[in-house]
Amino acid sequence: MSDNATGLDPRSILKEFKLNKISHLVWLPDSETNFMYQVMTSDKDLTVVPVCREAETIAIAAGLQLGGKRTVVLVQNTGLFESGDSIRGIALDLKLPLLLMIGYRGWVRHGITKDSAAFYTEHFLHSWGIDYYLIESDSDAHLISHALSIAEANSKPVAVLLGREYS
Amino acid sequence: MINPLEALKIIESHRGSSVVVPTMQSNRRWSLVSSRPDLDLPLTGCMGKASSLGLGLALAQPKTKVIIIDGDGSLLMNLGTLVTIGEQAPANLIHISFDNGVYATTGSQPVPGSHKVDFAACAKSSGYRSSHQFEHLEDFISSIEDLFAEEGPVFINLKIQEDLDDLSADERMAMPSLVKNYPVMKDLFAS
Repeated sequence: MSDNATGLDPRSILKEFKLNKISHLVWLPDSETNFMYQVMTSDKDLTVVPVCREAETIAIAAGLQLGGKRTVVLVQNTGLFESGDSIRGIALDLKLPLLLMIGYRGWVRHGITKDSAAFYTEHFLHSWGIDYYLIESDSDAHLISHALSIAEANSKPVAVLLGREYS
Repeated sequence: MINPLEALKIIESHRGSSVVVPTMQSNRRWSLVSSRPDLDLPLTGCMGKASSLGLGLALAQPKTKVIIIDGDGSLLMNLGTLVTIGEQAPANLIHISFDNGVYATTGSQPVPGSHKVDFAACAKSSGYRSSHQFEHLEDFISSIEDLFAEEGPVFINLKIQEDLDDLSADERMAMPSLVKNYPVMKDLFAS
């Protein structure tokens, strides 16, 4: 069932979304998460909102949440960096219980990353005070529910990093 | 060129029960004319994101009309929003741009493409159902009722007078803010 490259089946992620009644996914596809595209866009209970630039996602998600829709944001770590002012002025200032799913470009479990995008990702999250969890395989998918519960209990954004090891 | 405060008064007189999302310099003036601050979502920081915030709400609440009051500098900072909105095409969204060609908040420096960029044409080619531009207040007044009744997304570019924003930093921080209004409105939609 699992994608050979990632050990993570998109249906495992969708199952977590359904458990948590997620209705909207605001997304700019990236190399780390494109394996989910077909499953997410073809599900009748999930509305995918595509954007042109990652910083749009958090503001759109804030509007959707305001209107009562349970929403998740999905961008690459490079897009997370791009979104800094929206994280500050919207997600953190409004205390949004928002799940940020982040494609972890450059992630390596073994060895040393050569990608500065990966090098700065966790430093970036630490500096904003955003808790995060790493998902690499189906057995980690339950952390999506956990991250959502933390976001809602503490009224703050929480990140899930979608790791994929490059050879 | 249109006086910005007069334009806001006209918008206010036609808003009905719409949610209004003003940003940057328009936010300051909107607070002077709004009769329904409980239905305002003023975005002071996060320059450029008022349209994205308004889009999200319009998608979540399709029976609620959402009016975004943007600026040309703000729109340039998030120009892709036109394509994102055009793609989603919410029928309940009206996007108004106050186009004065300058960054009024920082001392009236010209924005890139000042008075050259055709924002109405950008919106139309991005997928808005209709797109309009006005240079005279009388023309805007005579059209606004019909425009607000149109199926959205509707884009309206207003060529407004250049006007320096001389607020102090403290005065700017005291303006209506999203942090105060967001939770109140969230309760409204939850009820």
